[in-house]
Order: sequence, then structure tokens, then C-alpha cells
Amino acid sequence: MRWFWLTFFIVCPIAAVVFCVIAPGMDWWFPSEAGSPLGERIDSLFNLILYIVTGTFIGTQIALVYVLWKSSKKDDERAWFSHGSHNLEVIWTIVPAGILLFIALYQMDVWAEYRVVSKFPKEARKAPVAEVMARQFEWRIRYPEPGRILQIQQQPTDLYAVNELIVPAAKPVMIYLKTQDVQHSFFLPELRVKQDAVPGQIIPVWFEATEPGEYVLVCAELCGWGHYKMGARVVALAEEQFEAAMEELAEEQSDDGFADAGDSDDE
Amino acid sequence: MSVAHSVSHDAHGDAHGHGHEQSFISKYVFSTDHKVIGIQFLVTTLLMLMVGGALALGVRWQLAFPWESMPLVGRLLFSGEGGQISPEFYTMLFTMHATVMIFLVIIPILAGAFGNFLIPLMIGADDMAFPVLNMLSYWFMWPAIFCFFASFFSAGNGAAAGWTSYPVLSALPQAAPASGMAQNWWLVGVTLVGVSSMMGSVNYMTTIINMRAPGMTLFRMPLTIWAMFITAILQAFALPVLTAAGFMLVADRLLGTCFFIPAGLVVNNADPTVGGGQPLLWQHLFWFYSHPAVYIMLLPAMGMVSDMLANAARKPLFGYKPMVYSMAAIAGLGFIVWGHHMFTSGMNPALGMTFMTSTMMIALPSAIKTFNWIGTIWGGKIEFNTVTLNSVAFVSMFVVGGLSGIFMAAVPVDIYIHDTYFIVAHFHYVLFGATLFGLFGAIFFWYPKMFGRKMNEGLGKAHFFFTFLGANGTFFPMHLLGVAGMPRRYADPYLHPYLEHFLPMNQFMTYSAILMGCAQFLLLFNFAYSMFYGEKVGRNPWKANGLEWTAPSPPGHGNFDVLPVCYRGPYEYSSPLVEEDFLLQTEYLSPPDKAEPVKEPEHA
Ligand code: HEM
Ligand SMILES: [Cu+2]
Ligand SMILES: [Cu+2]
Repeated sequence: MRWFWLTFFIVCPIAAVVFCVIAPGMDWWFPSEAGSPLGERIDSLFNLILYIVTGTFIGTQIALVYVLWKSSKKDDERAWFSHGSHNLEVIWTIVPAGILLFIALYQMDVWAEYRVVSKFPKEARKAPVAEVMARQFEWRIRYPEPGRILQIQQQPTDLYAVNELIVPAAKPVMIYLKTQDVQHSFFLPELRVKQDAVPGQIIPVWFEATEPGEYVLVCAELCGWGHYKMGARVVALAEEQFEAAMEELAEEQSDDGFADAGDSDDE
Repeated sequence: MSVAHSVSHDAHGDAHGHGHEQSFISKYVFSTDHKVIGIQFLVTTLLMLMVGGALALGVRWQLAFPWESMPLVGRLLFSGEGGQISPEFYTMLFTMHATVMIFLVIIPILAGAFGNFLIPLMIGADDMAFPVLNMLSYWFMWPAIFCFFASFFSAGNGAAAGWTSYPVLSALPQAAPASGMAQNWWLVGVTLVGVSSMMGSVNYMTTIINMRAPGMTLFRMPLTIWAMFITAILQAFALPVLTAAGFMLVADRLLGTCFFIPAGLVVNNADPTVGGGQPLLWQHLFWFYSHPAVYIMLLPAMGMVSDMLANAARKPLFGYKPMVYSMAAIAGLGFIVWGHHMFTSGMNPALGMTFMTSTMMIALPSAIKTFNWIGTIWGGKIEFNTVTLNSVAFVSMFVVGGLSGIFMAAVPVDIYIHDTYFIVAHFHYVLFGATLFGLFGAIFFWYPKMFGRKMNEGLGKAHFFFTFLGANGTFFPMHLLGVAGMPRRYADPYLHPYLEHFLPMNQFMTYSAILMGCAQFLLLFNFAYSMFYGEKVGRNPWKANGLEWTAPSPPGHGNFDVLPVCYRGPYEYSSPLVEEDFLLQTEYLSPPDKAEPVKEPEHA
């Protein structure tokens, strides 16, 4: 039985490590490479922690099975009568403390860039592209009319869309995030962005899609029975295409259905 | 209620024999004896464990076979929906699963069952300081259970705002129309559980401070007692905050106050709210309780595992004082880390940095404890019985949970993994992996003291084997789902193309969960079977040192035949002073050994 259990306690951690090692190859890993510069840095922080943690995991599991192996083969000998070791305690307090503190300090920059408004890229901060308003169970988008600046208050000229947020690619963009009802969370897995939409608050969020393309937008905070179906997308377009798309949207919303006219308000 | 009555007296069918003549009712039902109360808690919580497990299987079913009707039990449970799980019902399932597991299983089984049973026995007291309060603490569980069940079965679909019940979803009835009354029942239930825990806490603190046997100094207390003591303090300081927050939320729901509701929300086409409140306030209050609460759900298990490992290794606990101090540090730091649950909540970003640093620091005492457990086994003389296996599993799985905590403590990384399955993996490793395995070990270890018989080893090992495999098969892949960005609390994640290919993995996890669920019947069967057919044992079947092992098994009313006197710490295993490899705390040696043997280690 002894060998059975020793094997058991070593095979399970090995299986766990193997599982993680093959995961990226099996497509059981991040949904894609990080699609934003900040996302890349988040990934590299993740990987740094992953290395430290994997090392610790393997180390402690081996130590555990090693001491089990040694101490389960004593036959007549008595156990070692020891109440511990001061030196060891000091070592295994200071070393992890140093590592943990290092990890904490090393994260600060990325966090500050992501969340501290005064550190947002200037161009993004000056001209928010849209307001994203979550509601049960969809995302409502409000853009300023091309050439204007987004106001906190709704403007008669504003343009609206649902479940599709169009942004320019390859430059930092900022949105205002809010909710009409309960709490939701604006989650872009591929861009590594997540921010809760809190009732009563308007929260500025910035991100940058490096490449033009479509990115998933889902809700990450329980908001009711339909939480799971709040899927939408962020479409990043090259600068000119973005402007064209905005013009088109403006056109579409001011079109009252008559062929000639073009001066009516939006609906 | 009647079910629990009958079960709980079955459970101590043979715990009698000693003591004064008492009527059946006052002896087994409204008993003030801490042992009976402890066993009542144990049996009740084990039943609740099965209820919570069944709810979890419902969740797992939906994730593996979305929208398919459940075979056999489906029609029975939710006939209205043709055996299918609707999204409303799914939301209710995971809400109630967490609620039952946290409030009706883990917290009461640690403090209520083991705290009650062990504290007086381990410190050499004849009962708790306030026996009637103690009885009430058990009986207040029942109204709470009633409330949760009422919530579960009330019209609509039960409370469905998650166990965290964030407003505005939980504050405005129209936000979750199906959970109208249910959410109110839920809040009252949580409050009542709080009342029950608070009565326990006050009692434990007083008992541990005042009723220790002669010679039982603070630093001769077993770690189990230290853990219970620290847990009681945590409860007493953190719980009032939750209770207050709960009342405020009830007031928002029923009295029209707006503590948590800002103005101008248009929810479900109702009129805009008048508001003035702040939903983040709830999150702060809730986590100010619930972060300490996660340690309430762990520390007692840590204490018991420390005792069991030293006993299994026939060796003094490695670093007794560092173990005590690190537990105290966890408790202290536990009060200043709550914000790590709110990194993406929009609170001031400076708080993100502070809470990250304090959270990283709280991983430190956890690391110290892990190293000391490994140190305890080091150089020991161990045998692989059920107690050892479960205790080792505790350490092994706690390591995983602690390490995944570091990812989440790192704010930028948490931006991505917050509210994904990574979190779910984390807390199942600490709560199932650590606490529950610790508890299984503790059940096997102290069962002989409770009932005078041992539990069956073969069944115990089989239970361990399948549970360990099932738990890892269920929870380990959750880390990967989290990395892949699968949000938690989704009734149908496969609606989103980037998650479609995870269906097979989720099916594997569900099969593992079913295996694990079935394995628990082995435990229940063993528990009941051994009560009548288990091997009979004497006072000290494990050759352990604690005071509880000098009392008869099961101890009679008043516990000890003579008042125990304590001469040394609880971990003098394999002491060179005596022939045997254990040395009872009560054994007087002449000439007396040093009160607190502090020997320099031979090597290090
Ligand atoms: C090594 C120390 C630990 C660290 C650094 C840590 C860190 C964290 C962090 C940062 C979160 C929030 C993650 C998020 O929502 O984004 C979290 C969640 C959680 N932790 Fe830990 N944790 C540790 C140990 C524990 C222990 C010992 C327990 C319980 C026994 C525990 C139980 C939980 C629970 C239940 C949640 C999730 C609550 C929820 O959102 O429903 N953690 N942990
Ligand atoms: Cu949602
Ligand atoms: Cu926490």
C-alpha cells in the first residue's frame, strides 16, 4: 500500500503539470495572443507568475512526497524528536516575502497605466469614442456625430448602435462605461480588458486594438438570468474605414426614408 | 425538521451511559451538552453537504449538457420545465449551491461541529461556558435552514443574485423578477446563520479564555484550539458588518430605503429609481465580512490538520510558535485585504495597489504554514491510514489554491481572470481541496472519541481515493477555462464561439463531479455503519497526547472522570523521556520535564 499512495501523491501533481504544458497546444489556453499592447504586458506578468508558481508547486509537491517516502519506511526507528528549526523558519519567511513583494511591486506600472485616468494616453483621454451603456441584456452604444466630441449628456445628434462597438484600430481609444440598470462588466477577453459597469457611475476605460478585426465583448458580472447571453463585439477598423463607418452610421440614422430629404433628426 | 430530529438521535444512539438521569428530549434533542450539540451539528451539516452537492451536480449538468433534460431526476425536480434547466433556474442553482455550502456546511461544520465537540475536551473543561447559549446556537440553524429552503421553493425561482448578492440586482425586485420573495428569505436566512455563529463565537472565546484546565497555558494549547479561538475572534468582529449590511439590503427591498440604489436607474422598464445610494458600499461591507469569512472556513481545518499530522508522523509539530503566529497574522491581515475582490469594481485605483500588496502579504503566513506541515512529516514515522491520506491531501491541495491566489492578487492579471473560472478553481481548491479534506480527516480522527468505535479503514481509503481523483478532475481544468476567459455564472458559455470547444472538457469535469458525488455515499455509509459495527476502541486509539484522549470514548456528561492537569505541550511525540512514542499532556513525570521543552534541533 505504501508504494501505491506514494505513487498516487506524485502522479497527480505530475498529471497537473502535464495538463498545463499541453494546454496551449490543445487550444486550452488564452483565447488568442493578446490583441493590445497593455494586454501583452498583462500576459507577460501572468507568465512571470506562472513560472514562479510552477516552480513552487513542483518544489513543494516533491518535498511533500519525499518526506512521506522517507518517513514511511522507518521500521523500528523512532521519529526524529525535533520541535523545528529557527533558521529554517527565518529562511522560509524571508525568501517568500521577498518574492511576493517583488511580484506586487512589479505589477504597479501596468495597473497604473490601465486604471489611473491621469496616466491614460492623452489622445484617448481627449476624445472618448463612445459611451457604452449596459442593460439587461445588451450593450447600447452611443457615438458622437462625426466631427463632434462625446458629451456626458445625450445630444440630439448622437448616433446609436446595439451590441457592436466600432473603434479605430492601432490607437488608444477611451470609452465611457455605464449601466442603465444593474451591475455588469465590460469584458474583452482578447484585449485583456475588464471593467465593471457600476450603477450610478460613469467609468472611463481605455484600450487599444493593435490590429483591425473583430473582438468578443461579453459580460463578466452576474446581471440576471440572461447574463450568459450578453455577447457582443468590438470592431476595430483602420482609421479611414472607421471614419467612413461613422459617416455611414450618421447617414443611416438621419435617413427618414424619403429619397430626397436628408435633414431630419435621428429617430 | 422531523428528519433531522430522528437522524440526530440515531447519531448518538450509543453516546449515553454516563451522566444523570435526563429525559430523552433534554438529553438528545434540546441538549446543552457540548458533545451532543457538536454531533447534532455534524450530522446536520453532513446532510446539508449532500444537498449542496446535489445542487452542484445540477450546475454541472447544465455545463456539460446545456439545455438537455436531466435523466431520471430532472422531471422530479423541475417538472414545470420538462426536466430542463432554465437560465433562471440555473442562476438559482449556483446561488443556492454556494449558500448551502458556505453557510450551512463549511462554517457550521468547522466551528459548530468540531469547535463544539473539541474545545472543552481539548482544554480540559467539563462543558462550554454557556451551555444554553450553545444549544440555541444549534437551534438557530433550523430557522436559517428553513429560510433558505423557503427561498428555494418560493414562487418563481429562488434567490438568484449569487452568494455575493450584489445590489442593484439583489436590491430591486424588478431586476430579477423571478426571485421576489426568495431574496428576502435568503437575506433573513443569512442573518439567522449569523446569529447562530455569533452565539458560538462568544461561547468559544469565553470558554477558551476562562475554562482551561490547570497547567493548560496558552502556548500549551493544541493548534486546533488556537485555530478555533482565532476563528471565533474573526467571526465576532466581522459578522456584525454583514448583519448590518443585510438589514440595509432588506430595508432597500422592503421599506423603500436606498442605501445601495443610485438615482435614475431604469430597471426592466419600471420607473426610474429615486436613489441616492451606492452599490459599491455593499461590496465593501460584504467583503469586509466575507474575506475574513474565507479564513473562518479554513483556519479550524488548518488547526485540526496540524494536530493530525503531528500524530500521524509521531513527531512534534514543526515550529509550533511560528504556526500560531502565522495563524494570527492571517487573521489580522484578513481584515485589510477585502478589496482584492473588487479590483475591477471601479473603486479608486490607488486602493487596487494597496490591496494587492496586503494580499500578497497574506500569502506569506500561508506559505509558512505549508512549509511547517512538510517539516512535521520530515523525519517522522508515518503510516498511510485514512487520517494521514486526507491530511496530506489537505496540504497538497492547499498549495494549489494558495498559489492560484497569487495570480489573482496581482491586479493587472486579475483584470483578465477576475470573474472567470480561474476564481472558481481557486476557491474550490482552498475550500474543497483544503478544508473539506481536512474535515474528512478530522471525522475519521475524532470519530472514535465521539462514538467509541473506529470508522472502517477500507471504506475510508476508497472514499479518499475517489474523492481526491474526482475533486482534481473537476476543479483542476477550471484553471484552464479561466485562462481561456470563460466567465463564471454562465448558463450557456458555448453561445460564444471562443468557448465552443470547451464542451468536451466540461463534460469530463461533470463526470468527475458525479464520481466525487457518488463517493460521498461511502462516507455517509461508513459514518452510519461504524456507529454500530465499527471496531470498538479504548480511550486513546491513536496514541495521541491531547487531553481529550484521557476521557472515556465516548465521554460521559462532564467529560473527565478526574479533573485533568496539563504538564506540557500537546506534541511531545517520540520524546526521549519515555518509552512509548507519545507522552500525554496529563502525564506527570518525575523529575518533571522542562515546562516548555525548547530543544535545539540537531541539524538544519
Ligand atoms: C494564499 C492566500 C490567498 C490569496 C493570495 C487569495 C487571493 C484571492 C483573490 C485576489 C481573490 C479575488 C479574485 C477575484 O475575484 O478576482 C480571491 C477570491 C476568493 N478566495 Fe482567495 N486567496 C487566498 C486564500 C484563500 C483561502 C485560504 C480561501 C478559503 C478558505 C480563499 C477563498 C476565496 C474565495 C471563496 C474567493 C472567491 C469569492 C467569490 O468571488 O465568490 N482564498 N482570493
Ligand atoms: Cu452580466
Ligand atoms: Cu478574499
